[in-house]
Amino acid sequence: MEWHGFRRALRDGTNEGLQPWGRSSIAPITTLHYLVVAAALFVLGVIGVLTRRNVVIVLMSIELILNAVNLNLVAFSRIWGLHGQIFAIFVITDAAAEAAVGLGILIAFFRNKETVNVDEINLLKW
Amino acid sequence: MLHLTLFLIFGAICVAGAVNLLVQRHPINSALSLVVVMGSLAGEYLLLGAEFVAAIQVIIYAGAIMVLFVFVIMLLNAGEEERAGGSRVALLLGVPGMTIGSLLMAWVLLERSGTQSVMMGALPGPPKIIGWLLFHDFLLPFEVTSVLVLIAIMGAVVLASHPEPSQPRKKVD
Repeated sequence: MEWHGFRRALRDGTNEGLQPWGRSSIAPITTLHYLVVAAALFVLGVIGVLTRRNVVIVLMSIELILNAVNLNLVAFSRIWGLHGQIFAIFVITDAAAEAAVGLGILIAFFRNKETVNVDEINLLKW
Repeated sequence: MLHLTLFLIFGAICVAGAVNLLVQRHPINSALSLVVVMGSLAGEYLLLGAEFVAAIQVIIYAGAIMVLFVFVIMLLNAGEEERAGGSRVALLLGVPGMTIGSLLMAWVLLERSGTQSVMMGALPGPPKIIGWLLFHDFLLPFEVTSVLVLIAIMGAVVLASHPEPSQPRKKVD
């Protein structure tokens, strides 16, 4: 990896100075394809959040949504430079923090109510 | 050609795993299919050339977070959930709404996004460059993230720990 090419890539947001592997293979894959996969993942995650009753599965669907966002960020980082990958790493870190806190809340709740169903969690309902 | 084949394989595995996550009734099956989704997404990142993000995806997502999920599922011993019958309003409003939404999304994606083809491994993201960016351009967000993770650790410990024994427990009869 040449340092100057890397600096130029950072400054211009292009990948001119970088040496990708497998550049010879020309394939008709566009950013659109990755966006379609990400959109499908996002929609499936939203369906999971809205329809399932188990809190653990709802949390896993939220992870699915975050993964769709990550795929979008990495796919766009191909066009706009490496910053999208940095944001994907930040999103992964936040997902780890969110999973830890969410599962902690779930354990604390299960200790009190002995249930993991969303529709039975109504302590704050008037 | 290779790129197309690999993309289709990984994308199909990814979406199939997500559908399986929604269809399965026992949470442990959903967790394992989520591991499949994470792994195939790491493959997609590798196809895009994001090596470091792919490694992080496997290590943190498929490793740490999913172990946490499986651990909690085993700990809670939550059985299969019973399905509630779907409401009629959801069927009447949701299916046309979803059709319109997906058509709109497909139209926007087809109209507004470029058709420039992606090379395999288009923008390499090796750890050296990622680390350089993290510790120069994104130093402040990086440190703030460390504070966030620290707070999350403390929150998880406080939430999941036992209540203090000095607290008098109310008898529920």
